[in-house]
Amino acid sequence: MLPTLLFSLNLEFNFFRMIKKTTVYLNNPSPSVDQVGIIDRIDRITSRSIKDETKLQGLKLALNMVDLTTLEGADTENKVRQLCNKAQHLHDAYPGLPTVAAVCVYPNFVKTAKQCLQGSGINVASVATAFPSGQSSLEVKLLDVKIATDAGAEEIDMVISRGKFHEGEYNFVFDEIATIKEACGKSRLKVILETGELGSFDKVRKASDIAIEAGADFIKTSTGKISPAATLPVTLVMLEAIKDHYYRTGIQVGMKPAGGISNSKLALQYLLLVKETLGKDWLTNQWFRFGASSLANDLLMQIVKQQTGVYQSKDYFSKD
Amino acid sequence: MSRLEILKTYKIYIGGKFPRTESGRFYTPKNGTTPLGNICLSSRKDFRNAVVAARGAFDGWSGATAYNRSQVLYRIAEMLEGRKAQFMDELMQQGSTKGAAEKEVHASIDRIIYYAGWCDKYTQLFSAVNPVATSHFNFTVPEPTGVVSVFAPEENSLIGLISTIIPVIASGNTCVVLASENKPLCAITFAEVINSSDVPGGVINILTGTRKELHSHMASHMDVNALFYTGNDKKEILEIKKLAVDNLKRVVVKDFVTIYSAEHDSPYYIEDFVEMKTTWHPIEKIGAAGSGY
Repeated sequence: MLPTLLFSLNLEFNFFRMIKKTTVYLNNPSPSVDQVGIIDRIDRITSRSIKDETKLQGLKLALNMVDLTTLEGADTENKVRQLCNKAQHLHDAYPGLPTVAAVCVYPNFVKTAKQCLQGSGINVASVATAFPSGQSSLEVKLLDVKIATDAGAEEIDMVISRGKFHEGEYNFVFDEIATIKEACGKSRLKVILETGELGSFDKVRKASDIAIEAGADFIKTSTGKISPAATLPVTLVMLEAIKDHYYRTGIQVGMKPAGGISNSKLALQYLLLVKETLGKDWLTNQWFRFGASSLANDLLMQIVKQQTGVYQSKDYFSKD
Repeated sequence: MSRLEILKTYKIYIGGKFPRTESGRFYTPKNGTTPLGNICLSSRKDFRNAVVAARGAFDGWSGATAYNRSQVLYRIAEMLEGRKAQFMDELMQQGSTKGAAEKEVHASIDRIIYYAGWCDKYTQLFSAVNPVATSHFNFTVPEPTGVVSVFAPEENSLIGLISTIIPVIASGNTCVVLASENKPLCAITFAEVINSSDVPGGVINILTGTRKELHSHMASHMDVNALFYTGNDKKEILEIKKLAVDNLKRVVVKDFVTIYSAEHDSPYYIEDFVEMKTTWHPIEKIGAAGSGY
């Protein structure tokens, strides 16, 4: 027994040394994820209920964290203008509401969105790097980023190469993210892992670690084009990666669950999860975002419900 | 050997499913001293969920052909016929005599058949081609109002329920019904009938509980387009009418005392929950050729 143990320890030791030479990020190999623990933690989060004042605060905070998104093949200039208008006038019948954090569009609409949002304090985010599949060459991806940043996008949402990730080409994935980060310049980079295509919590954790080490300002769950998109368990795994990195380096990384978050109750549960995993420093749209389109209206309806006591109808809120 | 009676727990019916109330509460109505069952005491959140379900079902149900809706209603009557004995048994538990129970079940089945027949006929009756002084083809057609809150009558718990919801859904509306508070057994058993006929989930949603707790929410909810109140509580009616103003709900108040009489077999109960849409369609007049249609 003992010799075997020693032997395996020795092997592991060598393994780490070997890695250390080649890459930076594997200095801290990703821990394996306790799946049962994650699910159990989420069960406890979802069985809780937030009420009254706290709920209203939470709803307003969540609204302020929304990246109002339109990423359809059918998008037009006017659709983008309409969305930007919605971002600035969420529900004028109730003054004092916060605005959303950003409007998220394809690179060719960044210019339009910038014009519409001038002086509003709302950022323009753009997906790039051959969104949503990411199946293209680095040249094309860099050009995609350049088009978006040149047009003035303050935030870039990139996708990782999931194919390469599954092939075990972690260095490729790492280098790609690092190169794109450099190309972003001052724009903040959100790295989409597309967790629905990764397959397991362990892989989500691995991809999160790679993205964080490669310089992501935010890590983001999904493109919204694949189901399952964002889920609470996957978000918790990613938050844990952010937490470990923060403890190690003191550097904050943001989190953005996207896709499938369409109701307020779920949004509040995400806030709970963030608060209790990372602490209140992350409870600002600087470090936490929701990628969503229909969530904003549900939040608005809930806010008005909290203030008037009357359940609301979609009929009385602008679509987008 | 003596055995312990199992008191049935009746669950509510929302979106084609039978959930317990989210509040976890229940009440036990009695006939004299005999408990009838454990009944969900629905909360405003159950009502809210039911409205979401009803709204979700509206497009499909109102978009179905009138002929199809007619078949679905007929199917409800068939299923009810097959479970006559259970309904009679429950009516007797709630205090009816055997004769009265049988009469009520038969009248309920007949009334569903009656309205099933109207589904593809009421439009012709209430539509009109209107004479106008311009060159327009001007016509009016009824369309379903939307989601309707229904307060089922407290007495005659089966025929009352049928008489309030069937004409409402016949035109393509969807509804959320609050069943009789003290005699709720038939309402939930009726939900089981609906669930095994071809009624799409969400078209009829049935809650149990108290009017006192739910009436203000049923009247104020902005996503409810009309309200059908039965009874004569003046204070409650006034409050409902006030709350309904916010989104201009259509409010219909009826006192169902003559429930068996022929006046309750009437297409005007369908007309109560439709909106009349008038269309002005330009027509071309070439020379003296007359109207173009």
